Amino acid sequence: MSDVVLHLLTIVGVLAAALTIAAGLIWGERRLLALWQDRYGPNRVGPFGLLQVVADIIKIFTKEDWIPPFADRAVFVLAPGIVFAAGLMVFAILPVTPGIAVVRLNVGVLYFLAISSLGAYGVVLAGWSSSSKYSLLGGMRAAAQVLTYEVFMGLSLMGVVMIAGSFDLGRIVEAQKNLWFCVPQFFGLLVFFMAGLAEAHRSPFDLPESDSELVAGYHSEYSGMKFGMFFVGEYLSITVISALIATLFFGGWLGPVLPPVVWFMLKTFVFIGGFILMRATLPRPRYDQLMALGWKLLLPLTLLNLLITGAIVLAAR
Amino acid sequence: MTGGDVFQDLEREFGPASGFAVQPVRDEVPTIWVPRESVTPVLKFLKNSAPQPYRMLYDLTAIDERKRVHREGQPESDFTLVYHLLSLERNADVRIKTALQGEYPTAASITNVFPAANWYEREVWDMFGIKFDGHPNLRRILMPPTWEGHPLRKEHPARATEMGPFQMSAERVDREQEALRFHPEEWGMKPRGENSEYLFLNLGPNHPGVHGVIRFLLQLDGEEILDVVPEIGFHHRGAEKMAERQTWHTFIPYTDRVDYLGGSMNNLAYVLAVEKLAGVDVPDRAKVIRIMLSEFFRLASHLVWYGTLAQDLGALSPVFFTFNDRERIFDIVEAITGGRMHPSWFRIGGVAQDLPQGWDRLVEDFLRYMPARLREYDMLVLQNRIFKARTQGIGVFTREEAIEWGMTGPGLRSTGLGWDFRKQRPYGGYDQFEFDIPVGANGDCYDRATVRVEEMRQSLRIIEQCRKIMPAGPYKSAHPLATPPVKERTMHDIETLIAHFLSVSWGPVIPAGEAFAGIEATKGNNGYYLISDGGIHAYRARIRAPSFPHIQMVPLISRGLIIADLIAILGSVDFVLADVDR
Repeated sequence: MSDVVLHLLTIVGVLAAALTIAAGLIWGERRLLALWQDRYGPNRVGPFGLLQVVADIIKIFTKEDWIPPFADRAVFVLAPGIVFAAGLMVFAILPVTPGIAVVRLNVGVLYFLAISSLGAYGVVLAGWSSSSKYSLLGGMRAAAQVLTYEVFMGLSLMGVVMIAGSFDLGRIVEAQKNLWFCVPQFFGLLVFFMAGLAEAHRSPFDLPESDSELVAGYHSEYSGMKFGMFFVGEYLSITVISALIATLFFGGWLGPVLPPVVWFMLKTFVFIGGFILMRATLPRPRYDQLMALGWKLLLPLTLLNLLITGAIVLAAR
Repeated sequence: MTGGDVFQDLEREFGPASGFAVQPVRDEVPTIWVPRESVTPVLKFLKNSAPQPYRMLYDLTAIDERKRVHREGQPESDFTLVYHLLSLERNADVRIKTALQGEYPTAASITNVFPAANWYEREVWDMFGIKFDGHPNLRRILMPPTWEGHPLRKEHPARATEMGPFQMSAERVDREQEALRFHPEEWGMKPRGENSEYLFLNLGPNHPGVHGVIRFLLQLDGEEILDVVPEIGFHHRGAEKMAERQTWHTFIPYTDRVDYLGGSMNNLAYVLAVEKLAGVDVPDRAKVIRIMLSEFFRLASHLVWYGTLAQDLGALSPVFFTFNDRERIFDIVEAITGGRMHPSWFRIGGVAQDLPQGWDRLVEDFLRYMPARLREYDMLVLQNRIFKARTQGIGVFTREEAIEWGMTGPGLRSTGLGWDFRKQRPYGGYDQFEFDIPVGANGDCYDRATVRVEEMRQSLRIIEQCRKIMPAGPYKSAHPLATPPVKERTMHDIETLIAHFLSVSWGPVIPAGEAFAGIEATKGNNGYYLISDGGIHAYRARIRAPSFPHIQMVPLISRGLIIADLIAILGSVDFVLADVDR
């Protein structure tokens, strides 16, 4: 009985934490960007402007939720749900501490890859169902981008899996007791970070929405809470990718003195900050340049990394 | 004023009996009347076979002569077409005029000689109702297709109050909206290719990547651009028409808003032209003040361009940095003029006020602050590898193409030609300054960017020299047509008091004549061609704005690229919609 209660508490806790962080990032990103851009950002509502999040949520809930008459209604409504749900579902496998994780899947890494590919459907469907040319172009870019980056996102993690000898995220963390995987798997980390950017449609790989070219890309036609779900969905995937980087390459909850949960959060936030810093700094490559980078540089790099890791793991056995 | 070398060239080619006549004007541009049927051969000769040819069609416009009184020495004409050509080799212009008779006359199109004439002829048709035979697609360009009348004709009202009450009925809304629908066939585009149907994408008039209200109609195959049709006119405010009802003095604020990022620099082109007409000499101090302000506005405009180009390419931060710096420039402008973006501060014969006490300290502080910032932007933007990948080899044009299409300013210089009006024809006192003309080599987006960035450094150099050499003396001429006259003198002599009273309450009476003044503005060459009929208004004011031909050129350099490249091209061409549409 108490097991069930504990499980339920974990689910609610992780869900609440995920949503709070994602919503909080709306404020956090704006403040951080502002800091780097010599301005203030939202600082009026509540202490440090923190209540801006609440104001934004109220605004987004009360806005007119318009479905264009020319859109494919059912798919149009479904698409943001897919993005949002996929973002949330990955949180289930994140090992926050040795004891706290919603589920401990022995195929955790595969689960993450599967669910994050599902999220891509949401974007493509949104672009398609909007029946708008800008959305369509955004959706097309998303499809191409996902195809490219899914391939070596998976492959980039296989080095980690090989060394740890498991797909289970908890075991992967435990395997980093002596050495964080960011050292032996440096190239894996590099590629995974880039693929993560593309996965989350974050600048500089935000081509499906690239505002200066496609207005807002696949979500041009969305408003109100449906847009809000894309918006928060983006922050969910940033959080997930950051948490995964922390887990897979930087020892997850491992760390001296401080309790494990603090270490986990701390590492995650550093990477989230990294995502935001990227956005504050870099211009956006062209769509074909992004593809070329993926197929011509990152994929061979990943394969090479895999080959060498495999050889070393075999030799060490 | 004689016709100069070019008249002799023409007489030698076409014989003395060909009916050419020289018209006296108040500027240095030889103005030659040519019979209607000789226009095309004359232009062909001047462009192709004349010694040191006139290869750039700098401007093409018309004059409604029907109400003009002072036309001494000019042939009979109801409407006059004016072709303004520029020769880079001679560093000289020529103005070819031809007389047209009748209420709605027709002329031969010169698009087969100068392809750049395409838009200019459309504009003349739109504004004057003059038809051009042989024009590939003669349709309205600035006014909406549903417009009735041709605004720059003298009988067309200049104020809304002279027209009937405006009503926007439901049918009218439908009609206007229907008129905006794009029909690819009208532009000679096929709706489908061999294997696929093309996508026609409306980029604008309200799009974050196009910097204002302009529409680009794209014919796309996937994301590849097969053709582009720019549609302009959304920002048309009839500045040229307003010049005909504002006095010479009260038109100055309108010029600020033509290239609205150029502020006072627009005033300069206008007042220089008026001063040529009026024969006013400007005191040295006023000249240096004007140049200092103009260079500040060049910096301000380039800073906007820098930030927005980076933003177009996806870099979010530079725009905030450059706008902060621009704010510092505006602080100085505000201390000097009291205004910020549009101070309307230059006057016929000088500037509005003397410099305030302590201006030099503000300028000094800025000169100390800015170079480090520019270095930082170089690292953030110009040296960024993604930025280079997005701009190098994109939107390329050759020097010949640039000249052919009337490209001036940083665009022309990015092809390696150091043509800058401040150096070639030092106007308004630029001859006393030391500065370099930065040039590019490849004529691509990246070179256009580097040329502008380097120009900002040169502007700083000029401003520094202004601070050092700022001469003492009056800030406004004592000429009776300097408007308004120097206030201190009005209390001492009755003549100045009368001049003050008349030119402020009524307007300065500028002697009849024609004059053109061109300056190196922020976007390219900006010029005012003013005609006075001896009144307080311009009889005709032609604003030669650089952005107009630059936008006409966009399709040429965009075909075969993708949407993302078009955005880079638009950012690098650096246009302002008010400057395109006027």
